[in-house]
Amino acid sequence: MSKFWTIVSHTYFSRVKSKSFIITTAITLAIIIGLANLPSIIDMFSGDEDSSEQVLVIDDSERYSAYLAEDGLSQGTGVAYEFFEGTEEEAKDAVVNEEYDGLLVITTDENNLPEGEYYANRITESGEQIQIEQTLQQLKVIVGTQEAGIDQQTLDTIYAPVTLQTEQLDDSARTAEEMNQSRGLVYVMLFVLYMTVLVYGQMIATDVATEKSSRVMELLISSAPPITHMFAKIVGIAFLGLTQVIVLLGGGYFAIQANQGTMAGEFFEVMGLTNNDPVIYIYAVVFFLLGYFLYATLAAMLGSLVSRIEDVNQLVMPMVMLIVIAFILAVTGLSMPESTMITVTSYIPFFAPMIMFLRIGMLNIPIWEIGLSIGILVLTIVLFAALAARVYKGGVLMYGKSGSLKDLKRAINLSKKE
Amino acid sequence: MLKLTNVTKQFGNHTAVNNLSLEIPESEMFGFLGGNGAGKTTTFRMILGLLDKTAGDITWQGGSISYNESHLIGYLPEERGLYPKLTVKEQIIYLGRLRGMQKQDILKKLDEWLDRFKVPEYLDKKVQELSKGNQQKIQFISAVIHEPKLLILDEPFSGLDPVNVEMLKDAVKDLKNQGTSIVFSSHQMEHVEEMCQHICILQKGTPVVHGSLREIKQSFGKKNLDIRGDFSMEFLKDHRGVASYKELPDGCALQIENEQVAQEIFSELHGKGFVRKFEIEEPSLNDIFIAKVGASYE
Repeated sequence: MSKFWTIVSHTYFSRVKSKSFIITTAITLAIIIGLANLPSIIDMFSGDEDSSEQVLVIDDSERYSAYLAEDGLSQGTGVAYEFFEGTEEEAKDAVVNEEYDGLLVITTDENNLPEGEYYANRITESGEQIQIEQTLQQLKVIVGTQEAGIDQQTLDTIYAPVTLQTEQLDDSARTAEEMNQSRGLVYVMLFVLYMTVLVYGQMIATDVATEKSSRVMELLISSAPPITHMFAKIVGIAFLGLTQVIVLLGGGYFAIQANQGTMAGEFFEVMGLTNNDPVIYIYAVVFFLLGYFLYATLAAMLGSLVSRIEDVNQLVMPMVMLIVIAFILAVTGLSMPESTMITVTSYIPFFAPMIMFLRIGMLNIPIWEIGLSIGILVLTIVLFAALAARVYKGGVLMYGKSGSLKDLKRAINLSKKE
Repeated sequence: MLKLTNVTKQFGNHTAVNNLSLEIPESEMFGFLGGNGAGKTTTFRMILGLLDKTAGDITWQGGSISYNESHLIGYLPEERGLYPKLTVKEQIIYLGRLRGMQKQDILKKLDEWLDRFKVPEYLDKKVQELSKGNQQKIQFISAVIHEPKLLILDEPFSGLDPVNVEMLKDAVKDLKNQGTSIVFSSHQMEHVEEMCQHICILQKGTPVVHGSLREIKQSFGKKNLDIRGDFSMEFLKDHRGVASYKELPDGCALQIENEQVAQEIFSELHGKGFVRKFEIEEPSLNDIFIAKVGASYE
């Protein structure tokens, strides 16, 4: 057992102390903090301009000015209206000289309702004219209803939103609210597992291949059994991943917290990270660990087959394909968790960690189904570990031309008695 | 006592080691000879449990060897391998701890060994910065730092300059005198001849010669005869009892069946001319190896 931990700590510390690990983590952390502060960064660059557009208004009838005044219809639209006493030509000059952003001329049409003409130096698709149009529309409704003799209260009643009460008759189904809450969590878990397998699975395979290509492997497995070595490596990299994730998530969390205290709560709520049933977190951890160990064992096995580090990428390709397929299935499944395809794939070992967890999060499924899926996963991991240990034992002694899965058979032959 | 009984290893249809039986006594140095692909490394890997044997039995001090004994065993693989990016210190600490040592003991021993090999300045150097010969010294230290009772050295002296060979030889001899059983393989006959009491020559997985070096030489029977003179000695080629004839610029080197043949040749040379040298030598291990393995081998 102590050898196990010796290898774990060696794997962990030699990576943690490496320059590449520190630099990668630092860069990723910087990006995360940058993203968290994106709103303030954008504000910073646009801070020197006044955020609200200054628009001149010429209203010859003087009927509408009161509505457009400071705390009237213009409130919250990002457009400030200023009434201009002079001629239209003078107003246009002011706009051309960039003293104002635009000029709005409001006139009254034949139905005695307002209509407008807008002048600006540049009219863009998403410019302020959309806001102005909406404001004018409201203005028209108000003026029009008053003309027709409808009072404000009646108007408010008509415009009040209609109520639709919904109630589910099937108790086992999740409410839309519950589903929305867990969707965020499921998505986070899927993404983290996906990244973990890609990054750390690759790392395990590379680590094994490095020890093999530097020929130190023979010395290692003469000191400790190959299976101990393999699992110590997997656990060591797992701790490494944990360290990195804690640094990154912790950094991101504090960045969001420090940035906008109020936004943080909203952010976690939108992501569905609050108000979940605590059991689902336990499932998240269980399926994450099962997924990691399954893929890590596969990675170690594949890594033990290559003699040169250059060949690692080629050989871990099948593993990458599996996780990519699982991820695509899972993301598709988020919108249709009850489809047959999702149900079936939630029992297939390499997809199960993601897809069974997705079903747990999105549906209310019986405990035996979850148990069955976990059972299948554990069994697969045990079988794979046994196979991987065999391959590993033979593979690490195997040198020469390599880079194909045919070597799998050679490695098993090498490790068995004949 | 390391005992191999009828050990066989097959890879598919290929038999790498065939029915090998050996006894390696305590505190002895045992030499393993054989051409490339003769099965030396495979045998070592079987002793260490890295490969499973197809048939037979390997015991050490009466029991089978498992990872529980790995702190008593040292191994210098033929393919040298260390972590290129780790310093000598980190490297040896890791490998030492895998052999069950404590960090303080490792550091103390490491200092002693580096001093002995006259390279104390390498402690904090990365392995990839060292020359090949010096890497080999570090590799050797990693094999012996935990004072193993059984030491397996696969080609320990290949690629070293003569000074370093002597340095390593002395270290190996000291270990033997401290009670370590040492098995080593070599291509260089003179090293085996100099250091080993017992040897085994493998040919294509089959042991062709096995026993104490002295007895092997005696039972080999044939002797070398070196004659130098000013006349042609070609007529000796077909002389009765001459096993091989090799012409030299100023004479010839013969291999003869026994001393009797030498006496006959001596009397025949009489009157042919001036004889500068006439010498009977014990056969060298090289001669035995070539005779047994049947191929010239450097």
